Amino acid sequence: MTEHKPHIILKTNNLSIGYKSKTSTSVIADHINIELKQGELIGLVGANGIGKSTLLRTLTTIQQSLAGQVHLNGRSLDSYSALDLAKTMSLVLTEQLMSKNLSVFELVALGRQPYTNWVGNLSEEDINIIDRSIELTNITDLKHRKCFELSDGQLQKVMIARALAQDTNLIILDEPTTHLDMYHKAYILKLLQKLAKDTNKTILFSSHEIDLAIQLCDTMVVMTKDQVISDAPCNLITKGVFDTLFPKDLIGFDEKTGSFRVKK
Amino acid sequence: MNTKFTYSFIGLTVILLLCFFANISLGSVSIPLDDVFGSVFGLSDNYIIQNYRLPKALTAILVGSGLGISGLLMQTLFKNPLAGPFVLGISSGASLGVALVILGSGLFGGAFAVALVSKWSIVIAASLGSFLVLLAVLLVSSKVRDTMAILIIGLMFGSITAAVVSVLSYFSSAEQLQQYIFWGFGSLGNLAWSELLIFFCIYLIGILLTTFSIKALNTLLLGENYAKSLGLNIKQSRLIIILATSLLAGTITAFAGPIAFIGLAIPHMTRQIFNTSNHKILLPAVFLFGAIVMLICDSIAQIPTSDYTLPINAITSLIGAPVVVWLLVRQRKMVF
Repeated sequence: MTEHKPHIILKTNNLSIGYKSKTSTSVIADHINIELKQGELIGLVGANGIGKSTLLRTLTTIQQSLAGQVHLNGRSLDSYSALDLAKTMSLVLTEQLMSKNLSVFELVALGRQPYTNWVGNLSEEDINIIDRSIELTNITDLKHRKCFELSDGQLQKVMIARALAQDTNLIILDEPTTHLDMYHKAYILKLLQKLAKDTNKTILFSSHEIDLAIQLCDTMVVMTKDQVISDAPCNLITKGVFDTLFPKDLIGFDEKTGSFRVKK
Repeated sequence: MNTKFTYSFIGLTVILLLCFFANISLGSVSIPLDDVFGSVFGLSDNYIIQNYRLPKALTAILVGSGLGISGLLMQTLFKNPLAGPFVLGISSGASLGVALVILGSGLFGGAFAVALVSKWSIVIAASLGSFLVLLAVLLVSSKVRDTMAILIIGLMFGSITAAVVSVLSYFSSAEQLQQYIFWGFGSLGNLAWSELLIFFCIYLIGILLTTFSIKALNTLLLGENYAKSLGLNIKQSRLIIILATSLLAGTITAFAGPIAFIGLAIPHMTRQIFNTSNHKILLPAVFLFGAIVMLICDSIAQIPTSDYTLPINAITSLIGAPVVVWLLVRQRKMVF
């Protein structure tokens, strides 16, 4: 097979994650080997407390890894300066904004910070990129509204627009669908799928919406107690990986429908 | 979008100039405005204006704007609407220094004490006190990762110094206590031109550091993790912001005493009126508001045409607090 091989944006090599203090080390997951390819939408799923957030925090350098390497665009993650990293990877986090007294435009404009001068003035190019990000996320009508006026779903779109404006190869989102109703959960994930396709960016998100992720993702990373496995959703279903996600006493995975069912 | 702010800024600058000249004109002796203009622009000589009123009005501008700006810096850095310029314990440090000189002089006794309690010794003691606290805070903030921890540590420094001042007060005479309390009232009118020059130089360094932090301050509005993901060097920016605050609040306390309220209230007033959190707008607006409010408070404290001068510290709170309450009630919502 001499198929064109897509560019690999992020690759981990025997990565081990967890918490280290002076006296003890607690490993949350190890031997993590995943590859994120350009233009793909990747969903990270796993039970509560399995280490999804820890993995994302490690990949985004908020937290130190215990062992192993992370390569971003072929370069070790440690070799990135804060500014270089900001031009390669953007984040959407679960934490509340400190101030919601910014207009949507101002907030999205903050995504241009790594590129602006010392006082943060926006060039014409910056404004074009901001406007495009606002268009791509369908929030043009909110452009001059204040963030505290927005619903959770709207605010999430604004945060995604901000990450887009940062113009990075990789966007990482930590549970972008929490607090949203069913419609907006689907809407946000569908939007991420469209953005990955249209902008050729790699988008990694963690979520508890396994059903939706199976339908929309190109690749899924599944974290269980024993392993971290990544593959296309269909392959993961065939391998029976989803059945190992949760304790078997309450819910089971139905391969035919690709969703979880409560056991009677 | 920005024209709205341009008009506001022009309006505020005009108000500032009006307040400035009114402040110089009003006092125990009313001076007609044409005399005021003449003296300020060096066309005529007026002893009161040149040696008393003009330095006092300039001091008011520096104190009001400096305290307002350092309050804004602390509120953004600590994500806390209750933070003010003195949360880091800077005024407590200055108070301790002054308390040691005024109240502690009794311990050394006699003629030595009289020599010790001069105006310069108080300024030096206050500067030294706030500088030492500043040093401790900077040392701590370069070690501590959590910004909130710095806030708590600042409050602890404040408690310690307040306790030491209490102990000193217990052993002091009524006369010394009175002197210490008078320092605590704050005063804008004690500066000679030479002192004002030193004040201004340090103030300027603080303002420059602040200007270089505008981008960092706006990024911090997203929270620290977002700020880091945008390439901001959190530790370095935090250090610059703390240094700027300390320089501003420290010198102000040294030269004018611990002036309360302005630092906490002006940023809130500005945010309510301008309805933005963008520091590119907020910083100049806080500068203008702080200076205007301080000039007005000082004019009132002088009680025009009388010989009394009320403590400036009381006036700032008496006038300012109702304004902030009114703004918050009117908007029904705190803008932060």
